[in-house]
Order: sequence, then C-alpha cells, then structure tokens
Amino acid sequence: MKLLYLIVPLAPLLGAIVAGLFGKAVGRAGAHGITILGVSISLLTSLVVLFQVMNGHTFNGDLYTWLESDGLKLSIGFLIDPLTAVMMVVVTFVSLMVHIYTIGYMAHDEENWPEDSLVRTHSYQRFFSYISLFTFSMLMLVMSNNFLQLFFGWEAVGLVSYLLIGFWYERPTAIYANMKAFLVNRVGDFGFLLGIGLIAAYTGSLNYAEVFAQADQLAATEMAGTGWPLITAICICLFIGAMGKSAQVPLHVWLPDSMEGPTPISALIHAATMVTAGIFMVARMSPLFELSDGALSFVLVIGATTALFMGFLGIVQNDIKRVVAYSTLSQLGYMTVALGVSAYSAAVFNLINHAFFKALLFLGAGSVIIGMHHDQDMRNMGGLRKYMPITWITSLLGSLALIGFPLFSGFYSKDSIIEAVHASTIPGAGYALFCVLLGVFVTAFYSFRMYFLVFHGEERFGKAHHAHDAHHGDAHGDDHAHDDHGDHHHGLAPGQKPHESPWVVTLPLVLLAIPSVLIGFFTIEPMLFGEWFKGVIFVGDNHVGLKELEASFHGPVAMAIHGLQTAPFWLAIGGVALSWFFYMKRPDIPAAIQRTFKPIHSLLENKYFFDRFNEIFFAGGARALGKGLWKAGDQGLIDGVAVNGSARLVGWIAQMSRLFQTGHLYQYAFMMIIGVFILLTYWINRG
Amino acid sequence: MTDIPLLSLAIWIPIIGGLLVLATGSDRNAPLARMLAFAVAVAGFVVTIPLYTGFDATTSAMQFVEMTSWVPRFNINYHLGVDGLSVLFVILNAFITILVVMAGWQVIQDKVAQYMAAFLIMSGLMNGIFSALDGVLFYVFFEASLIPLYLVIGIWGGANRVYAAIKFFLYTLLGSLLMLIALLYLFMQSGGSFSILDWHQLPLPIEPQILIFLAFLVAFGVKVPMWPVHTWLPDAHVEAPTGGSVVLAAIGLKLGAYGFLRFSLPIVPDAAQQLAPLMITLSLIAVVYIGFVALVQADMKKLVAYSSISHMGFVTLGFFIFNPLGVEGALVQMISHGFVSGAMFLCIGVLYDRMHSRQIADYGGVVNTMPKFAAFFMLFAMANSGLPATSGFVGEFMVVLGAVQFNFWIGFVAATTLILGAAYSLWMYKRVVFGKVANKHVAELEDINGREFAFLAILAFCVLAMGLYPFPFTEVMHASVNELLRHVAVSKL
Repeated sequence: MKLLYLIVPLAPLLGAIVAGLFGKAVGRAGAHGITILGVSISLLTSLVVLFQVMNGHTFNGDLYTWLESDGLKLSIGFLIDPLTAVMMVVVTFVSLMVHIYTIGYMAHDEENWPEDSLVRTHSYQRFFSYISLFTFSMLMLVMSNNFLQLFFGWEAVGLVSYLLIGFWYERPTAIYANMKAFLVNRVGDFGFLLGIGLIAAYTGSLNYAEVFAQADQLAATEMAGTGWPLITAICICLFIGAMGKSAQVPLHVWLPDSMEGPTPISALIHAATMVTAGIFMVARMSPLFELSDGALSFVLVIGATTALFMGFLGIVQNDIKRVVAYSTLSQLGYMTVALGVSAYSAAVFNLINHAFFKALLFLGAGSVIIGMHHDQDMRNMGGLRKYMPITWITSLLGSLALIGFPLFSGFYSKDSIIEAVHASTIPGAGYALFCVLLGVFVTAFYSFRMYFLVFHGEERFGKAHHAHDAHHGDAHGDDHAHDDHGDHHHGLAPGQKPHESPWVVTLPLVLLAIPSVLIGFFTIEPMLFGEWFKGVIFVGDNHVGLKELEASFHGPVAMAIHGLQTAPFWLAIGGVALSWFFYMKRPDIPAAIQRTFKPIHSLLENKYFFDRFNEIFFAGGARALGKGLWKAGDQGLIDGVAVNGSARLVGWIAQMSRLFQTGHLYQYAFMMIIGVFILLTYWINRG
Repeated sequence: MTDIPLLSLAIWIPIIGGLLVLATGSDRNAPLARMLAFAVAVAGFVVTIPLYTGFDATTSAMQFVEMTSWVPRFNINYHLGVDGLSVLFVILNAFITILVVMAGWQVIQDKVAQYMAAFLIMSGLMNGIFSALDGVLFYVFFEASLIPLYLVIGIWGGANRVYAAIKFFLYTLLGSLLMLIALLYLFMQSGGSFSILDWHQLPLPIEPQILIFLAFLVAFGVKVPMWPVHTWLPDAHVEAPTGGSVVLAAIGLKLGAYGFLRFSLPIVPDAAQQLAPLMITLSLIAVVYIGFVALVQADMKKLVAYSSISHMGFVTLGFFIFNPLGVEGALVQMISHGFVSGAMFLCIGVLYDRMHSRQIADYGGVVNTMPKFAAFFMLFAMANSGLPATSGFVGEFMVVLGAVQFNFWIGFVAATTLILGAAYSLWMYKRVVFGKVANKHVAELEDINGREFAFLAILAFCVLAMGLYPFPFTEVMHASVNELLRHVAVSKL
C-alpha cells in the first residue's frame, strides 16, 4: 500500500533527477522520454489510488520521523483520502498533458539563447527536469498528512515556480518577475509559518488528525498576551499563506508577472495546480476554519475583491497570456469566496474544473503564440480560426467553460458558488454576492474579447507592429527593463501566415477539452451533494454551505435548465454580446470609451497602482532603511564613534601624555616649580 | 573504545600535524606540504567519527572524558569531555578543515606550508575549546585560537588586511580579558576549582551572577557576534582569504555561542533568566537590523558576513527563550550555518579566484559561462534563505516554533527573516548569476574544476541530507539540552 503511494511522487522525482543531472548523457529524447514515463506512471498509480479510495481504502500514516524535539514529533507521511486522490489525479493528468505539449513548445528553445552560452545546449532537458520536479513537489504537498510536509511542498513548488519564471534568465523582466514571485510568496509564507507555529505551540502536534481532534479546545482558547480568539488568529495566519500562493489581493502582484515564464508552466503551475494550493489547503483545514466566523469573513471579503477587481484588469490587457492570467486571478477569487461561505466542496469542484479549462486556455494561448511566431499581442492577431482550427475550437470550448455556459463544467461550479453566497449569512456575504454576480459579466466580456480579437475579425498579422512591446510595457513599475526584448518576440513577417501547431501541441488541447466540457456534468452530484467528501470536509451546523442548494438540486440536466432562467446566465450572455458588439461590430467604441474615461482606464492600465506602490514603498523603503542603518548605525555610530572613536581616544591620551615626557630637564624643572607654586598658593589661601 | 583518548587525538593530530607541515619549510616543498596537510586533515576527521558512533545519546553526562593534572598547585587539570551540546561541533570542525585544505590547494601559492599549518593548528585548538572542561584550559585554547586566524588574515588577506586583523584581534581580546576576570572570581568562590562542571553547581548571589554574566556576554557576544559588537566581522571576512572566511564563519562564530551554553546559562542561571529580555532584544535586532543592512551591501563577502550575523541572531534567540525547541533549534542552526555559510564563502571564493573582485556590480550572467557553479550557488543561496529540505530551514523553523511558543510577537519578529533572508540572498544571486553576460571578464570565466566540484558537492550533500533528515543531529542533543534547561530553571540563589 505504502509502496504504491510512494511511486506516485517518486516517479516524477526520478525523471527530474535524470533529466536534470544527466541531461547531456540522455539527450533531448531521453529527457522528455524519461520524464513523460515518470509522470505517466504517476498518473496511472494515482488512478489506481483513486479507484481504491472510491472503494473505501483510505490511508493515514507516517513514512519516517523527520525530527523530534520537546515531545513534538515531526514526520513525513501520507494522508490518502478522497480530497487527496482527486488532487493527485488532476495534478498528474494536467502535468502529463503539459509534458507532452512541451515537446512541441520548447522544440526550438536553443534559438532563445546566445550562441556562446553554455546554457543553450541543455535548456530543453532543464525544462523537463523542472516540470517533473514541480510535479513531485506538488504531489508531496497534496499527499501530506501534516503541516510540516505541507510547508515543504508549499515552498518547494515556490522554488520551482521561481526557477521556471526565470527560465529565460537572459531577460531582465523574467529575472525580475521570478524574484518578485518568490518574495511576495515569502510574505505569505511568513504568515503561514506563524500559523503553523501557533498550532504547534497550542496542540503539541503538526499532524492533521491530531490537530483537528483538538479543534474545539483551540476554539475555546484565547491567544496568550493578546486576548484574541486563538482559532481566528491561526486561521488568518494560515490564510495569509494561501493569499500568497493563490494570489489573492493584495499579494496577487506576482502572478501577472509570472507570465514571463514559458507558456507550458503558466498552464501547469500558474493556473492549474500550484496557485490552487492555497484553496486546497483551506479546504483541508475546514475543521479549523469552520470554528471561526471572523476568519471566514476575512476569507470571503478578500476572495470577492479578488474575483471582481482582478477581472476588470483582464479587460484592458493586450497580451494574450496576461488576459488569461487575470482571468486566473479572478477565478481563484471565486474559489476563495466559496471557502468563505463554507462551500469547501464547491471550491474544490471549481478548482478541478478550472484546472482543466484554464490549462486548456493557456495551452491554447501558447499554441497561438507558436503560430504567431512568439508575438503575444492580440492587436496583431485576428481571424486565426482559418489557420488554426483545432486551437480555435478547443479555445472556444475552454472559454465557454470559463464563463459558465450551461452544461459546461464551469457552469456547475460557478453556479454552485453563487448560490452558496446567496444563501450565506456571514458578514460580508452581501458584498461578495455583488462581486461574484458582476464578476460573471466581466468574465464573459474579457474572455470573448480575447476570443474575438484572436480568432475572428480582420487579419491584423504580418503588418508593421504598432505595439510590439505591449507585453513588456506593464511588466513592472520602473523602466529599466524595457531596453531588452531579445529576438524571441519576433512575430510574423509581412505576408507570412500563421499555421496550426504540431500534434504534440494539439493532442493535449483535445485531451484537456474533453474534461473541460464534461467533468462538471458527471461529477457535480457526488462531489457536492454525495458522500464523496464526507469525513474530509467539515461544515459547521451554524453555516449554510451548500445545504440550500442541495435541497433544490434535481440532477445536472435540471440544474442546467434552471440555470437558463437565472441572473448569472443572462449576465454572461450580456458580457459575450457586448464584447461581440465592441470588438466585432463597432471597434471604434472601445477606443472612444478609453478616451472618455481616461482616469479609469489609466487606473486599470496601472493595475490599481499596486506595483508602483510596492516598488516605492516596500522595495525602495527596505533599501533606504538598509542603507540608513548601515551608514548611520554600523559605519557612523558603532564603527565611527564607538570603535574607531575609542581607538582615537586612546591615541589622543597617549599623544597628550607624550607631551609631558620630553626628556628635557629644564622642562621638568619648570613644571616642578609651577607645581610647587600652585601648592603653596593653595596652602596659604586655605590658612 | 574508551581507552583511546579520542578527544586528545582530535586536538593534537591537527596541531602536531600542522607543525610537521610547517617543517616542510619553503614553497619549494609546497606539493608535499599540501599532501601532508590533506592527510592530517583527513586523519583528524577520522578520529572524530567514533565520537558520534560511540556516543551515548541517553545521558547528559560528559563522555570520552580525559583527566590529567596539569598545574597541581592551582588545581588546573587537562580535563576533556563532550556532551550533546559540543560533540557535533568537534566533528563539524574536523570536517570543515578538510574542505579548507582543499579550497586553498591551488589558490595559495605563497607560503603554502605556513598557510596549511595555520589552519591545521587552528582546527586542533578549536577542538580544544569545544572539549575543554577546565576553565584555564578553555581559556588557553580560546586565546590561542585567535593567533592563527590573526595571522591568516594579516598575511594572506586583502588590501586592508592589517586594519581588519587588528580590529578582529583587539575586539576579541578585550572580551576575553573580562572573561578571565570572571574565571578567576569563580576559582576563588568555588574554593579553588577550575572545573567548569563544579562551577555549574556553585551557588552564587544575584549581584555577582549579573556581573559574571555581563563579563561572559562581552567575551562571547563579540565572538558570535551579537549586535552591536559585530562590526569587526564584515571587515575580517572581506580581508580574509577564502579559507579564513570559511573557518571563521563555520566554526569561529560558534565558539561564542557555545560559550553561552557551557558557561553563561549553567553557571549563572538566575542572571541569564533576568537578562533574557536583553538577550532576546539584541538577538531580534541582529535578525532584523542586520537583515536590512545585508540587503544593500555591494560586496558579496560583506553581504554573506552580514547574513551570518543575522543567522547567529537566531542562535542566541533560541538559547534565551529557554525551551527545548529553541535551544535545539539554535544548535541545529549553528551546524547548518557551518555548512551553508562555509559553502557561500567557498562559492564567492570560486568567483574571486577567477575575477579578483567581490563587487556584485562586476558580475552578471555568470550562469552562461559557469552553469555547474550556478546550480551549486543556487542551492546554497536557497539554503541561506531557509528553504525547506535544506539544512537552513531546520534550525530557523525550530527556533520560530519555540519563539511562538514563548511569545507570539517574538516569533513574529523572528519570522521576518523568511522575507529578509530571501530578499538579500536572491537579489545578490540575480545580479551575479542571472542576466546577460555583463562584461568580457565574465565571458571568459571557466566553470568549476574537479576539485571545486568535489568540495561544493560534499557540502551540497550535507545541506540536503540535514534538511531532509535532521533526526540524527537532534537525537544526540536531547538529553544534554533537557538537562541544561532543567538546570537553568533551578535557582542558585
């Protein structure tokens, strides 16, 4: 049993080690062969595990003791239950698709490197090594049975994300983005670590089961020295970690910039799997979060804000990848909202659906980018459906799933979330309902804006590029990185036509399109209303969660039909229609709006000035503080005054006393006479 | 097993071996000196292995004890022994010595025998510090170990080496003079004993306890170094040759921290308890203040030196929150810091040997010409920023857990190192390694050779092994740490 579970993460790890350390020896085919084999084994075993779990064979046990101190036993171990099993299958499936896709996407990667760089020859193998290493880390994260290993996986996926965003490390924007991603995530991890610290301090364990068993005691305890309810402090600390990893406002700033990485990893890491780790974590911690309405409200408001306001930003983007990135932010907001209203299973359900359709949309965008010879600006596209039929159809399916069109997977999860918000009574639910409803309209609008701009309308490619640097233009607040684009983004030459991508690229698109369309229809019943997550996800009696929705649920077909009569459906239709009108019918209108509402447009263009603020306040502030402490504290006060000052003082005293030691007898005699004179004066006056 | 005086061997093999190396004389015999030094270093390490394998983790008593009278008139003894607090440092020290000999193999072409001998003798003396159980013996080793490092910096150092060497020497000497006074006072009070273990049991009123604590604080605080007596370290590191920096960071800084555990806490526990808020404050200042200072350094060595001070802040923090997680975490942090800071200085040495510059601004795009090096450097930079699965994480994690247990807000401040550590490590890495090839010197760089690969790979293995399975390291500490904390909790008044 344990061996089977071990195979799941270790097979990709082995592939990563071979491709990474022996990349030269195994060559390109060897590298992709071994990593794909590893991930395939991992997927198959995950399916076996899922099947076993469906038959009731769950597992919770330790592999080895990592450390023991002060009665606190920290182990590495697995918890295999329905939530884990589902995540394992999703992770390995998307990962396998991305591995296959990468063969096509990275085929000519050596062109991205200078001739004389030693990195050039192995960049292909390195990429495969990284994505397999990522798969390993993500699996360790979801399979963990304790907070320690969760944190291990948590930081390990962050590390691989760092390596992959900066994969093309010749580019200033890429190595700026990867450091930003790591540091912003570290801010989240700071909270996460404190949450783990509180749990260890008050329960004496980091094992999930042991901690959850003490949840009620935690809820009855106040945090020493503050008087705050302990459980709320713990949950908010943990959620700060989730805000970093799952890119919730205000820690979302790293995700759009992470698009600097190659597109396959945007699909795998920054859409389907890693960024959902925060959602997974909160769902896993439902026995704790359920005991704190304060923390749930916090989660809800943050999620709702992210869902709506990040959606707005998707509207003004011209870089195809950035549109999908903002859509990911917004969707992560939806999942967080679901967590806030105790609809944990709906959050996980949306996580799964989203993993498929967002990976599809990203890989579709990547296919477009290949077809456009690495031009990512949508203003240079248009009418691509003729040249890239498979990419076109699959992207359309993905977009429909994203906007929640009835019968598509996204419909079932998004509608469930909206219903759950509607039924919820916790503080902030009203605001959240407004955000998620308006968000539906916004989602439909930006998704189909992208769809129409790319696949329909006038063919704008092969012309002189009017906005070549669009995707760099808003990379970050300061301008030093603009000088360098490399020759990577060359785009189509005049007269050149885009072409459909090779089968290694289109096959994953097709294989992802199938679950994007169907999975919601088939899994909504067991996932949300069945026994599937029973005993894994816990909803308190004081929270509505999905109970109201369950009462009115009469099968997926009825839900789809009922969906046609509800507000979200018409909001989505309205969004699609408006984008059609703006971008197909009357392209002059968006430009006019942009001119009329310039302040609003510039607010969106600058992403609410988050980046500018962080750049000046945090990055600049830290540098200024460091300089100040160094110059004034270390060099001025400590070294200047105390250390060298005392050295100078000793020197000065020595110099002064040296003056009296001249060796001239007449000076000594003179001093003696003065001394005698002073003493005499003193005695005489005293008398 | 116990018949062999293992600790004496660990001390005297390097010292006598070092004298033999010195006897090879001028640089004509440099190859012989190198080979001999390597053999001595390996032999010195081999004799420390039974210290771990034969160690009884169930007792807090001193093990491998040796006792001979030295100066009978003053009851001074040659008294050696190790417990769970010290045994790992003897092994670490002997291990690092091998790497230092390897690191100086080609780089040092001038006065080779003297260079190697200085390091070997220093290694033996430092083993003496970690295993001495007699106050005078400790003091002699403690002072004597200053001399080789002083010479290493003063002779093989950089341009401003004389200032740095004198600063280093005076700073540390000043501290240890106060310690000597404290030792003599304890000798008087205990009725004529220099045995550290006797002093542990000696009842003392609070006023002398405070004074003794402060005397030790100056001596050990300078060594650690704690804020605000830390400014000698960046200067010493910058001027020291690579080997000197490695030993200084990996072992030198641990001497002070070890002193707190062997002297301050058990001898004057009431003063330690009373002054703990001061110690915690100084430690947190070291973590945060120094973290910001490290961020803006333009010199790589200075940056790593400051990051060392910040990491050592975690060590002193762990000691003075008085719980097992804190103390064991601090000990783990000390060992991990030995690997990680040693590796960081070796990496900078690798670059310096090729470019003769430590300025970050002179680099950029090193990965294009040195991919193997870049991979190692990445691992160590990540370990320096406390990434899980590297040794750098274990100690920080334990200390933060212990601190949160003690007081949430102390843990809060300490945990900022997660952000600061990553910021200064990765920002440096980005500017040095990533990017386009910055200039023609970088374009001409050659990747690491077999010898450099070997010592970086050994350290990489240590960093990962300790990160993935720290259990064997903490296992030997439990009994001694628990006994220490039990002892500290009992008032001596």
